[in-house]
Amino acid sequence: MRELITLHVNGESHEIAVLAHHTLLEVLREDLGLIGTKHGCELGECGACTVLIDGLPALACLVLPLEVQESEITTIEGAEANGKLHPLQETFAELGAAQCGYCTPGILLSGIALLRDHPQPTRAQMQEALAGNLCRCTGYTKIYEAVEAAAQRMARSGGA
Amino acid sequence: MSKQQTLIAPDVPVSHATYRVIGTPRPKVDAYARVTGRALYADDIMLPRMVYGRLLRSPHAHARILSIDTSRALALPGVLAVITGEDLPRKYGILPSSQDEYALAMEKVRYVGDPVAAVAALDPDILDEALKLVHVEYEVLPALMSIDEALAHPENKINDEARTGNIHKAVSYEFGEVEAGFAAADYVREDWFYYEGNNHAPMEEHACVASWEPHPADPVGGKLTLWSSTQTPHYVHREVSKVLNLPRSHVRVIAPNVGGGFGGKSDPFSHEICACELSRRIARPVKITCTREEVFLNHRGRHPVKMWVKTGVKQDGTLTAMHFRSFLDGGAYGSYGIATTYYTGALQTVTYTLPAYKFEGMRLFTNKPPCGPKRGHGTTQPRYAVEAHLDKIAHDLGIDPVELRRRNLIEPYTRTVNGLRVTSCALGECLDAVVERSGWYDFHDGKSAMNGNAAPGKTGNAAMKRGMGIAASSYICGAGKPIYWNDLPHSAVQIRLDRGGGVTVYCGATDIGQGSTSVLAYIVAEELGIEPEHIHLETADTTLTPVDLGSYSSRVTFMAGNAAIAAARRLREQLFEVAAEHLRVPVERLQAGGGVVYDESDPGTALPFVQAIELAEARFGALVSSGSYAPPEDIHGDYKGAGVGPSPAYSYSTCVAQVTVDVETGEVVVEKLWMAHDVGQSINPLLVAGQVEGGAYMGYGEAVMEQQVFRKGLHKIPSLLDYKLPTTLDTPEIETILIEIPDREGPFGGKEAGQGPLNPAIPAIANAVYDAIGVRIDEVPITPDKVLRALKATQATAGAATRPQIAPTQAPSPWPTRLIRWQPEAIDGGLKAATHQNGDGHIQNEGTTFSAMAKGGQS
Repeated sequence: MRELITLHVNGESHEIAVLAHHTLLEVLREDLGLIGTKHGCELGECGACTVLIDGLPALACLVLPLEVQESEITTIEGAEANGKLHPLQETFAELGAAQCGYCTPGILLSGIALLRDHPQPTRAQMQEALAGNLCRCTGYTKIYEAVEAAAQRMARSGGA
Repeated sequence: MSKQQTLIAPDVPVSHATYRVIGTPRPKVDAYARVTGRALYADDIMLPRMVYGRLLRSPHAHARILSIDTSRALALPGVLAVITGEDLPRKYGILPSSQDEYALAMEKVRYVGDPVAAVAALDPDILDEALKLVHVEYEVLPALMSIDEALAHPENKINDEARTGNIHKAVSYEFGEVEAGFAAADYVREDWFYYEGNNHAPMEEHACVASWEPHPADPVGGKLTLWSSTQTPHYVHREVSKVLNLPRSHVRVIAPNVGGGFGGKSDPFSHEICACELSRRIARPVKITCTREEVFLNHRGRHPVKMWVKTGVKQDGTLTAMHFRSFLDGGAYGSYGIATTYYTGALQTVTYTLPAYKFEGMRLFTNKPPCGPKRGHGTTQPRYAVEAHLDKIAHDLGIDPVELRRRNLIEPYTRTVNGLRVTSCALGECLDAVVERSGWYDFHDGKSAMNGNAAPGKTGNAAMKRGMGIAASSYICGAGKPIYWNDLPHSAVQIRLDRGGGVTVYCGATDIGQGSTSVLAYIVAEELGIEPEHIHLETADTTLTPVDLGSYSSRVTFMAGNAAIAAARRLREQLFEVAAEHLRVPVERLQAGGGVVYDESDPGTALPFVQAIELAEARFGALVSSGSYAPPEDIHGDYKGAGVGPSPAYSYSTCVAQVTVDVETGEVVVEKLWMAHDVGQSINPLLVAGQVEGGAYMGYGEAVMEQQVFRKGLHKIPSLLDYKLPTTLDTPEIETILIEIPDREGPFGGKEAGQGPLNPAIPAIANAVYDAIGVRIDEVPITPDKVLRALKATQATAGAATRPQIAPTQAPSPWPTRLIRWQPEAIDGGLKAATHQNGDGHIQNEGTTFSAMAKGGQS
């Protein structure tokens, strides 16, 4: 049984008919084609499907679209504006923080939320903010370095 | 007594050359696709009319299949096809010597999760219902869940591949004079160790899309394309073709971006074959995406290994002989297990000089998900055992553990007692680096003054003990032999230049996140004098790209890199030939860089790259080149089994770990890892450091938390919540030190970095735990319960029990395979020639073949 709902994603409104039990993760990927949101467990364990709901990191695999019709949802596709990358996307690329890249969209969104709340985050704050996002490639080292570099870049340009 | 043999050192001294691209930190060429969500992984592929598939898996660890009734599932609206073992009756397996898998079980199931049936349906919701409607009648058999159970019950044969009982493979070797070596020792020690199995847990679950395109005029009936998250499209190509009984010409396997592998995506898998067969039946694309639980069931992860090691040393710590036994818990099928078995023994000789060495290995079938290769493939467990064992010996003899290692370092350009050719080796430099950076001697000298090394810890009391440990290791830069033996190249690269200046590089190499695609771009860019971002790359496609065997055995940079150099140099020669005439400059003076071909003594005399291409195309026709690489032949001994272990080069790594142990809770906190890695020459130091950090991280996880847990045949923790792996809150600080002493045969001197640096992290941590609490935990992972048990046992015996006992495995007597004795003198005549042999690169261009990299000095 499908329900007609409206989702606000990356500044665009989508009226779509969804199966009520399908998760936001499934709807983003399969109904809206936003495949940048990844899945690694479908059980809220890995953080690969992290999106921002009204600016706060949330696991799309644990959210039903019906619940978030009033919210603004940001996926990795919405992190850039007209081809201009968020500074954290730039530093992730420049500093090798994305190896296989599969956890990267989720970590970027958690990191973007962190940088908004803590423009100069400490390592401890990074560890806390990213604790729900597993990465198997990097050992997290280059991720921290990229967050620090992005913080500096944003401070220089007066925030993003 | 036979000795380690010294090879002739390279006749051309290596030096740090100046490169434009090589050695410079820079983004991966596909980094921006990965940070914007544009990179396509297998599950991101959505094709018109695509439907979904899923596997029905066995709920029993060991059972006979009495009947399967699929009729009710087939009758469910939306179900398009149901297949069972009868539909795919051809055996396969990654190794030609272990063809023991069916895509769907035929007569028996051998582990909980063994695939039994596959369904295709219009949407995933229907699949759930359909799987419940497949009725399978089983006769449950007793399950054998450990090495010792498998040995104790030969009558309960799990897999017919086993020669006797449940022994899949047994090997036995003696190199040099082992008894004489022990007799010459001043001190001999024996230890048992156990290394629990663990999973790769890549973030991306296995996924694939298969698409059969019927073609009635083709006698074969059509062509098949499979996109799969695989590290080895080449081997998947072979096995899918075989099981589906299709000529390889009609099967195309593509690996899109792969979301991590670590060895777990190196086998051909049931879900890949079933997706192909379902697609062929219904002539629609079929996608199968595994759940996280299925990733744990696909497994092919680290083998649990029980090990016994006996080593003789002189009073000064010099090794005289080693006898090593390994018992591998292989799970239900062969996978790479025969190779793994050899790997538990082959590389003991490559880190330290061993004048005599005996190795006996045995792999057992059990009713668990099949084990296979995980980062460090088969060498990780023995490296842990040997490094912990040597630490005990150092302690027993009162020798500094660093010094004991230093006294036994293998020399560069030697041949080991088991016949392996070692070329460049910076192990000593690695050891110096971690000792210095970690402040090893300050730490240990200050320790006694700190009265038992008490340090305030998280509990705020003296329960926290701090310690520091060290370990060293070595690893192959690519397997010296392909999985199915042949004389073909292991890796090939083709390059096409178009008159618009476009450069397209084609290579089968599969980027699983390590950056192999970028490495190809850097190398071709260096050779052609352009920027890496200029280049288009087509990779990991068995139809479009020339072969690369796959992303396993740390082989890609070395082998595909050498192939890329060979291919690019042929094109550069053509460009230089026309540029020399056009610029009226001797060809020897030409250089390529900055997008031009120029005179090095007058850089203003230059020809733009695109113009050079036009001139060259006018002269030679369309510009296409190919280069290929196969390892040198004489890098191993001439005994049966000598094919596992040889490599064109070895990387070396050392690690110092600093830990605190809470003696009240048993928790081990790793505070910092210092990791030095001998990479020869970084192609891109940013990516190399990333590999070293990732390896250190993964080793840390294996050392203290990661493990497979089974109860009554069931995997008890097949989820990322219950299977503990390190989060940001756990992972220690990692300091990476890259040692760059170029290897003569590596591309620009480069060696591997993807696997080697995992190995020393585990024993370094284990040795640090001992340094902290004075008690050995001879078992990995070192979890709090084991620490507390060991401490309690020590207290109960007033210190007499220095470690928890690993119950020795009763080996069959006699060892169930013939002992192969081999003396390195047997190939003495061939040794010196081999040292002079460069990479065996060939270029093929317009029908001509010639050696691209001179095999100088072969006499």
